[in-house]
Amino acid sequence: MSLISIFFTLFFYFSVLIFITGLSYKVVQYWNTPAPLKIPIAPAPLTKSGVFLRLAKEVFLFATLFKSSKWTWLFGWSFHLALVLLFFRHLVYFWPGEIPLILLKTEPLKYAAYPLIFGLIGLLGRRIFVDRVRYISAPSDYLMLLLIILIGASGMLMTFANNHPNMLLVKNFAEGLITFQWSELPKEAIFLAHIFPVFFLIAIFPISKLLHGPGIFFAPTLNQVDDARKKRHISNWAMQKEKNTKIDLDHNQDKGS
Amino acid sequence: MSINSIEKFPTYLAIPPLKKDSMAGNGPFKASIEIQKDLGFPGEKVDNWQQVAINKIAETKSKYRSVQVFLDSCMKCGVCTDKCHYYLGTADPKNMPVARQDLFRSVYRRHFTFAGKYFPKLVGAKDFDEDMLDDWYNYFHQCSQCRRCAVFCPIGIDTAEISMAAREIMNAIGVGQKYPNQILGKINKIGNNLGMPEPALRDTLADLEEEIEEETGASVKLPLDIKNSEVLMVTPSADFFAEPHIDGLIGYAKVFHQSGVSWTLSSYASEAANFGMFIGNYDVMRQGALRIRKAALDLNVKRVVVGECGHAWRVAYSFWNTLTGLGSGGSDEYSLKLQNQLDSNYPQPQHMIEFTYDLIQRDKLSFDKSKNDHRVVTFHDSCNVARGSNMGDIENGQFILPREVIKAACNNFSDMHKSTIKSATFCCGGGGGLLTDDLIDLRIKGAKPRMHALKRSEQDNGVNTLAAICAICKSQFSKVLPNYDFDPYMIVSVHQLVSDAIILTKDSET
Repeated sequence: MSLISIFFTLFFYFSVLIFITGLSYKVVQYWNTPAPLKIPIAPAPLTKSGVFLRLAKEVFLFATLFKSSKWTWLFGWSFHLALVLLFFRHLVYFWPGEIPLILLKTEPLKYAAYPLIFGLIGLLGRRIFVDRVRYISAPSDYLMLLLIILIGASGMLMTFANNHPNMLLVKNFAEGLITFQWSELPKEAIFLAHIFPVFFLIAIFPISKLLHGPGIFFAPTLNQVDDARKKRHISNWAMQKEKNTKIDLDHNQDKGS
Repeated sequence: MSINSIEKFPTYLAIPPLKKDSMAGNGPFKASIEIQKDLGFPGEKVDNWQQVAINKIAETKSKYRSVQVFLDSCMKCGVCTDKCHYYLGTADPKNMPVARQDLFRSVYRRHFTFAGKYFPKLVGAKDFDEDMLDDWYNYFHQCSQCRRCAVFCPIGIDTAEISMAAREIMNAIGVGQKYPNQILGKINKIGNNLGMPEPALRDTLADLEEEIEEETGASVKLPLDIKNSEVLMVTPSADFFAEPHIDGLIGYAKVFHQSGVSWTLSSYASEAANFGMFIGNYDVMRQGALRIRKAALDLNVKRVVVGECGHAWRVAYSFWNTLTGLGSGGSDEYSLKLQNQLDSNYPQPQHMIEFTYDLIQRDKLSFDKSKNDHRVVTFHDSCNVARGSNMGDIENGQFILPREVIKAACNNFSDMHKSTIKSATFCCGGGGGLLTDDLIDLRIKGAKPRMHALKRSEQDNGVNTLAAICAICKSQFSKVLPNYDFDPYMIVSVHQLVSDAIILTKDSET
């Protein structure tokens, strides 16, 4: 195998390793960190199914973003939706063995690249031209957008401008990564420019703001039921504190904390 | 200062272009050594403050999931940037919610994350140095923890959680704000924010009873420390002395009088406000709540009702059950004792608005609405009630119930623009521990979005009365209304409207 194929193969495994361990670490950390107080934000659901519906509306429709800023919603939602569609479009390359029929029918999903780029350009434009958003942007905020634009643009150039790399090589390389039967990748610069930022973003997912993905599910403001009067909600550390202070129940003498 | 000499502010509202450092400064007065020590904080800034602060950040984010998740999750989309009343009123970019959080987040990244440790410039990570601490002190005291930004954040980030944590960390290194910390000392020693002892309170209540009897001919009582009463009423101490608050207290008394439900105030727990929330300190907040629990047990009451106070109602509704077991559903010995005593037919605690609304629903109160005909009323949803609580256990009850109570007592009601009420309500500009004269410039500027909406209601619908159910809102509005060319007396308690229209039975034995 050529040096470049070895590099990208190792890069892939390195990225996936960081992704899995880092993300597991963060999810376990979020899970284990108590939310000691009830802080659901209005309009707060009074039932569990209400919370489920609320999170579903946020995750699938970006309902709050729609309420907050129509343009940002349009750019952000089309970009994320396109990302999901394009993910499914790419599964066919990685699928080991016989490919299910459904994956063979995903070709039209390639047009999702247009809303992807549209959304990204919009988000980048907002970051550059709205003074408030420019103020809060760090270099990494621009860099991430530019990387995803690079991924989208290189993909579009290959797909829509007849710059296809050898698809057999692509398939063998991608499937090889899953089945551990490594093979050469196509060495066209445009293909390398497509997969390098993908691997890079996978690697930085757990150590960057991309954590907003898992984060939304752990936001107590969104995932709590507004039922504080009906159910006693108390964290382990607070309960421990309560036990240690030995409140004299018979004489009603609170010792404070 | 006469009304005429007050600088008038324009009431139009646009998203202002950034004016960097327009609110730079030293922040509010700092707490003295004694004040800090009373609360168990270091008296002065500790020598190795940076290390102590970093350790405290580590502790706080391990105890509060909100802090840990919110510090990681922000994707800097910027939709919160134009949602804060302090940004809209001051144009200082550090008053944009995300920029305020970033004061904290940049330190978190620098000291706790891989990217911030090795590539600080790339991700905007910054050292926790003296300049940063100054910015923390200044700008975390320009946040009223109103949570309007959280309503608009697509991933639920609540700046109030970050601002409370930041104040908690500053207190841990001995840098505290005078106003809330001094008040917390008083409530711990005497039982209310004013430091008003039992005899003074008793006198005040007796005077009020006389006043009501003179005016109405009905012997409406304001009982204090009466054991075995049905209801323990816990209300902000401002209700005992401040205008317009006191007319609200008279309103509660009249409603209780008509309801025939026996009630009492407590001199031991003569304060519903709990500034422990503003400084993000669980233990201090719990101490305040425990006083109420103790009073409820000592007075052997069946119900606990909370008066018109915004953050107090959030603490009572959302936190009391957690802090003290005052609520239901607790199975530990600690909650059970209280729950066995309290009447489970009613939610515990209840808001006075819920109490009055319930009587109205059951036709137990009659009103002469024409008494309020000189008024065109609008309702200011107070942040903590609107965004951090509920009433009536129905969806959006906290918006519905107060309006229904007003409409029962008044013929003319008109809401302000819908982008400025209910869950999107604008803060009065004085909440979250900022209701102090050393922050008056901020308070006036922060009131601008609310004043703008009120001005439109005045012009379009002839609104001349602003009703609220929060002691801080009432004090703040009394002070800042003249700056926007309004009558400072247009702010009233909702229960003042009730008080003015309610028809009293002269025989006190109803």
